[in-house]
Amino acid sequence: MTTAELIGADPGWLIVVKALIVFAICVFLTLMSVWGERRVVGRMQQRPGPNRVGPFGLIQALADGVKLALKEDIIPTAADKVVFVLAPIISATTCFMSFAVIPITGEVTMFGRQTAMQLTDIPVGVLYILAIASIGVYGIVLAGWSSGSTYPLLGGLRSSAQVISYEIAMGLSLVAVFIYAGSMSTSDIVAAQSSWWYAVVLFPSFAIFVISMVGETNRAPFDLAEAEGELVGGFHTEYSSLKFALFFLAEYVNIIAVSALATTLFLGGYKAPPGLGFTESWLGGWFTAIWFFLKVLTFFFVFVWLRGTLPRLRYDQFMQFGWKVLIPVSILWILVVATLRVLSLQNAPRIIVIAFASSVVFIIMAANIGFENAKKKKEQSIAEGDNKTAPKFAVPSLPIEVSTINVSQKVGDNRE
Amino acid sequence: MSENLEPLKPKDLGINDVEFYEVEQTPAVGFLGSMKGFWVTFSTMFKKPLTVEYPEVKAPTEERFHGRHQLNRHPDGLEKCIGCELCAWACPADAIYVEGETNTEENRMSPGERYGKVYQINYLRCVFCGLCIEACPTRALTMTNEYELADDTRAKLIFEKQDLLAPLRQGMLMPPHPMYPDMTDTNYYNGDVKQAHPSQESQ
Repeated sequence: MTTAELIGADPGWLIVVKALIVFAICVFLTLMSVWGERRVVGRMQQRPGPNRVGPFGLIQALADGVKLALKEDIIPTAADKVVFVLAPIISATTCFMSFAVIPITGEVTMFGRQTAMQLTDIPVGVLYILAIASIGVYGIVLAGWSSGSTYPLLGGLRSSAQVISYEIAMGLSLVAVFIYAGSMSTSDIVAAQSSWWYAVVLFPSFAIFVISMVGETNRAPFDLAEAEGELVGGFHTEYSSLKFALFFLAEYVNIIAVSALATTLFLGGYKAPPGLGFTESWLGGWFTAIWFFLKVLTFFFVFVWLRGTLPRLRYDQFMQFGWKVLIPVSILWILVVATLRVLSLQNAPRIIVIAFASSVVFIIMAANIGFENAKKKKEQSIAEGDNKTAPKFAVPSLPIEVSTINVSQKVGDNRE
Repeated sequence: MSENLEPLKPKDLGINDVEFYEVEQTPAVGFLGSMKGFWVTFSTMFKKPLTVEYPEVKAPTEERFHGRHQLNRHPDGLEKCIGCELCAWACPADAIYVEGETNTEENRMSPGERYGKVYQINYLRCVFCGLCIEACPTRALTMTNEYELADDTRAKLIFEKQDLLAPLRQGMLMPPHPMYPDMTDTNYYNGDVKQAHPSQESQ
């Protein structure tokens, strides 16, 4: 029986219970991850992080939430009130929705019924997640626009441009997974990874996905929309109280959601790591949830690690990286993967597969050597003082007084 | 009319003639070099945090830290302050207010002619520069290492004389009381007075 059939047999009350569990997991993980992030970043900066509210400061995030809720809720006069209220709601709901198709455990017994801890399993589950993430952008762009203020507008535009750009790279990196798994259903993709994780088999896809998921969630070092020095808080500058809390919640649930997606698509989801499969038969289906959350938390740690290590990118460099590096590399990689997949599905002779693979490697190496040569040539010409290719630094503008005088004279002439 | 007021074109301003080039910055480190930062943050996680858990743990200050002021006493308990106001004049922040008064035989607070009757330091203004300490001719005013100078009203942060006076040590008597028998104020400054004399107590 596939997971889809298993879940399809759920009675209504069980679906409600599962929905509540998924929601509770999201909120709990958010609270804990806010605390965990601050603790870990603190340790990375050789300070302890929040440690005063509750044991180890565990209730810090909750206390912050209560504080936010009790703050004055300000709606700016210039704001479009309906949209201003709607935007955080869109952001918060969409990020929860993507969790609906994430398989958290394998087959388990829940209240005496055989099922799996996954709210629903649709044949296009991953596409659904991408679609929901795209709707989440509306929350950002509408928040920026409806605030009726300059910085939120700029921040909102930056955020939405960023999320949309990196969604393309993210979507492309998933294509290889679809090709290999032969399905877009999350549970099928997990099942297809029972022997080898796609993080190993499709490493370039995995790398592109991990990079683009940081861009997608507006997190450091890609948190250009919240560049305090330039844009204040970005799209949520004008937000306060619970509405701000919703954006905050959305950011962290989003991180958890993309981490869960990465776990599902590349790290074998709830399946135990290779060699530790016996734990599943050992402790029952619920034990698989531990593997799932361990993997998700590992991704979360990577998010925090990146934030603790890297400085923020410049916006143009960031966009250049997304469009000129990640997307072309993804497309080329998909071509290679698709060809290999077709060859193996059609039982092509091994020699052809090897020939294709080695030609790809050869082309990459040749291109690399070409690049190196071009670079060397350029450096050489710089050393020889060749003005054409030498890098010239931005210099003060050439004297333009002459032309300015001409212009003013001309304008004066015209007036007469 | 409109044809006379044509907007200026970039061509007219010569903006297009200004050369500018993209600056190519070659990275100084390779891929591994740029990954070094990750190791820095990761290894720092296992170091002991430098944070001092302040309200519970109070790290001692440096020996000569500029903290709250103190008005010192002579070894017999008389005040050193002579109400000369030099500290108030030296203060760049105008934080000190002094009113002097003449000592009488019935009410002697310090050796010599005068004593400080009113002595206030406004810690909302004080910048802890220590110029007052340099100005003090009798070494009456010095600074302690006490740095917990926060309060909830402005009035509480204007310290009066009784807040600043040094406590009575062993052998000291609470003024007013007469000077040490057969000693002048010069003897006091020369350090000839070591502690209070029993005769000083009687009054």
